[in-house]
Amino acid sequence: MAVRHVKTEEFDGLMEAAPLAMVDFWASWCGPCQMLGPVMESLGEQYDGKVLVAKVNVDEEPALARRFGVMNIPTVVFLKQGEEFGRKTGAFPAEVFAEVLDKAQ
Amino acid sequence: MTDVLVIGGGPAGLSAALNVRARGKKVLVISNPLEESPLWRAERVDNCLGLPGRSGQELLAELRRHAASAGVEFQEGKAQGALPSGKDWYVSVGSGMVQGRALVLAAGAVRGKPLPGETEMLGRGLSYCATCDGMLYRGRKVAVLGYSVSAKKEAAFLEEIGCDVRYYDRPRTAAILGANEVEAVRVNGVEEPVEGVFLLRPAVAPGNLLPGLAVEKGSVVVDRSMATNLSGVFAAGDCTGGPLQISKALGEGQIAGLSAAAYVS
Repeated sequence: MAVRHVKTEEFDGLMEAAPLAMVDFWASWCGPCQMLGPVMESLGEQYDGKVLVAKVNVDEEPALARRFGVMNIPTVVFLKQGEEFGRKTGAFPAEVFAEVLDKAQ
Repeated sequence: MTDVLVIGGGPAGLSAALNVRARGKKVLVISNPLEESPLWRAERVDNCLGLPGRSGQELLAELRRHAASAGVEFQEGKAQGALPSGKDWYVSVGSGMVQGRALVLAAGAVRGKPLPGETEMLGRGLSYCATCDGMLYRGRKVAVLGYSVSAKKEAAFLEEIGCDVRYYDRPRTAAILGANEVEAVRVNGVEEPVEGVFLLRPAVAPGNLLPGLAVEKGSVVVDRSMATNLSGVFAAGDCTGGPLQISKALGEGQIAGLSAAAYVS
């Protein structure tokens, strides 16, 4: 599976094990989030095996949204072994996210 | 999925849409309510050749009727953003998304400079979209800075889902305050502590709507075919610069519509 939907209880384990991860905080009632969906899918395929591309539904996992101080969706958080090193708020084309990932690799 | 998506339902957008229909293509216009258009407030328009003395409301209603009778489809709402998807374009509107093969930007001139604190606080408690982010502020106190006719409706939505709303209707001055995240607003000189701010304007500035769009001094850069620097994206009307007049908007809209129709052919 190219994009992984992550729940609160598995979040830390997965992120700490990933050298590089990007997490899309989203919800079904958010238009820009829907627009970003296919972008995340394509990044998931492009970076398959190199980057953990994950999605967190803020409705189902409010504790994670609070912990990361997510105040707008979509928000994409970048992590190295579970440590945040950057974030982007809003929907952008794939290359904007790819640039962050390529620099971090 | 439609052939051409038009953002904006004023003279430029409607002219573009009519001309897309004239080439037999499908077109969807995403637009605010008509009364959001600056033309709606023009009591008398005397420089639209052959149609002297009409009010802005009359002209807009007539343009809209004409476009609708030609088979133009409409969706009311504010375009929040657009993204390429392969050769197509996605546009997010409210809680949904529409898809087209080409895009015509005709959302008018976005008036006013960013508010103090606006750039700094985006993503830190400032939002442009009540339907997107409202749920994240349930049970919290938020300010709504309403600069559009639909802002009151959006404030009511925030109240409905459980936000504690302070509504400010077209404030004379406003600033968003806070160190790392939003802590307060200062409206017309009075400070009010809040945890979130919804800044609701009639339209999103073109450069924010479309990441990577070439914009110079606030105007979208276009060539003679009304093409922008992004493939499949055209622009017309006030968003490309002055004069901010109907005739100019109609003409540019026609070119943009024909160019977009040719692009999808």
